[in-house]
Amino acid sequence: MLLANTKSFMPKNDLIGFLVLAAILLVVFPLFLDAFRLNLVGKYLTYAFVAVGLVLCWGYGGILSLGQGVFFGIGGYCMAMFLKLESSDPESTKIQSTPGIPDFMDWNQITALPAFWEPFHSLPLTLIAVLFLPALFAYIIGVAMFKRRVGGVYFAIITQAVASILTILIIGQQGYTGGVNGITDLRTFLGWDIRTDSAKNILYFVNAALLIVCLLVAQWVRTSKFGRLLVAMREREDRVRFSGYDVSSFKIFIFCLAATLSAIGGAMFTLQVGFMSPSFVGIVPSIEMVIFCAVGGRLSILGAVYGTLLINFSKTAFSESFPELWLFAMGALFIAVVMAFPNGLAGIYQMYVAPRMGLLIGLLSKPKPAKSIINSAH
Amino acid sequence: MNNDFLLSIEGLTVSFDGFKAVNDLSLYVDEGEIRVIIGPNGAGKTTVLDLICGKTRASSGSIKFRGRELTRLREHAIVHAGVGRKFQNPSIYDDLTVFENLEISFPRGHSVFGALAFKRDAEVIQSVEETAAMIFLQDSLYKTAGLLSHGQKQWLEIGMLLIQKPRLLMLDEPVAGMSIAERKQTAELLHRITKNHSVLVVEHDMQFVEDIADRVTVMHQGKVLSEGSMEKVKNDPKVKEVYLGH
Repeated sequence: MLLANTKSFMPKNDLIGFLVLAAILLVVFPLFLDAFRLNLVGKYLTYAFVAVGLVLCWGYGGILSLGQGVFFGIGGYCMAMFLKLESSDPESTKIQSTPGIPDFMDWNQITALPAFWEPFHSLPLTLIAVLFLPALFAYIIGVAMFKRRVGGVYFAIITQAVASILTILIIGQQGYTGGVNGITDLRTFLGWDIRTDSAKNILYFVNAALLIVCLLVAQWVRTSKFGRLLVAMREREDRVRFSGYDVSSFKIFIFCLAATLSAIGGAMFTLQVGFMSPSFVGIVPSIEMVIFCAVGGRLSILGAVYGTLLINFSKTAFSESFPELWLFAMGALFIAVVMAFPNGLAGIYQMYVAPRMGLLIGLLSKPKPAKSIINSAH
Repeated sequence: MNNDFLLSIEGLTVSFDGFKAVNDLSLYVDEGEIRVIIGPNGAGKTTVLDLICGKTRASSGSIKFRGRELTRLREHAIVHAGVGRKFQNPSIYDDLTVFENLEISFPRGHSVFGALAFKRDAEVIQSVEETAAMIFLQDSLYKTAGLLSHGQKQWLEIGMLLIQKPRLLMLDEPVAGMSIAERKQTAELLHRITKNHSVLVVEHDMQFVEDIADRVTVMHQGKVLSEGSMEKVKNDPKVKEVYLGH
């Protein structure tokens, strides 16, 4: 009993899963992919942060948010604002009518840096903003929705509306946000050129390491009583409430955590890709992120990472040859997965691969009875 | 206002779009008492339980529990005040094990950070095992709750209330859908647990009511029709007319 207790955070199977994923991300990909492809994988992995958040929020807690792009975007924009200010020093922007402000502001006849941009001169403040601004925003949405017991489809629709509103706001306020083009031409991070191959290589590792840290946090939440409460709330919200829990505060917390995870992904996206635009904020990217999570298996945090990678690899491969068909293919894949494998890749693994893996391990450790293995395989 | 009772309900009214499901109801429950509420369908029995536990908000009236007014408290605060509620249909977490179902109701770590930091220590394990033994589920601790029989699910939910250590236990039709053997076992269980609790039960099964009740309250159209021992209530002509007669 006590032994089971200490192992509850990381059972053996989970540990193997974590090690395999870490090996793939930190060894296999860097060894076998060229700089361009590795950077592409790095970009995909930033979406995995969102997908992991969705596993906790949607898979465990049953709270479907179709607006996670909002938080990915807030994180991404915070980082982009910091980088943009760094590359907009008076020296390199001296041809502008107002030197020292981002170029798109100058194009929009803005003559002074808006006050809300000022904190992004400082890296610590930027990092605080990346982590806490999305959480604060999620908190406001959460309080407004969950305290009133808005849930299910209504919540999903409202998050979608929020995503839509934020996109419109960003596009409309071109002078302050860079509009539909987003914030582009980002060059250095504290004087370090992020556009070189070596920088991208380093950023890939930073990103992968951060993802693993976030996965460990998610694993901790998942295996704590909080994780079991999320499942309980998904099934019988009233029972949880009448067992003495303030259900709304639990929902708000997990929604905020998912938001922060998404924002970390967003910030790493900006660093690796070198720009941020409203096309990562709106409804379509938000739904895509839900699909990554569903394909990976919405109850598996590791599955979410594989789902994200699989969909994005196929997206790249597919849209190189049939760009106009990709959206249909993804939609079909989503429906197929939900109908046939509601637990996604992780479910397929559990059902078909894991039993055979057990057999394989049994085969390796017990050299004797070949007969019984054949029997149990049938 | 009389504070000697564990629970005193006075002038309680709730109306749904003009329909008064509970109408100027007064009810007093003593410490350690088993009170059963009976009455025809639509009499407002379940609504009374809903009002006490905060699921439905009263239009007027007061519910005092150990001197505390419950009508303005939120649901989880009412639970912390010492009121436990079992629902009509077994309301348990199918995807969790029996152990985990009970553990969630263990009265510790009920805040967000409390739940994150919650440790399954010896005290929790002991409490879960004791409760499981009481509800005849000691051998099914690690079984997924969804696989239990209907009667076992009802017991599990009662166990989830017990581990919470409430002062007042409210049970909505605890033996509905149970086999005869299960009914007997449940009656025995209720007798045992009432040593430390006061219990308010809504039930239809007359045999069962006779088995367990200290006092019976008969409700009709949102009001108390009759109250007293089973014997007295049975012989009340008003009760015979609306309920027991047919």
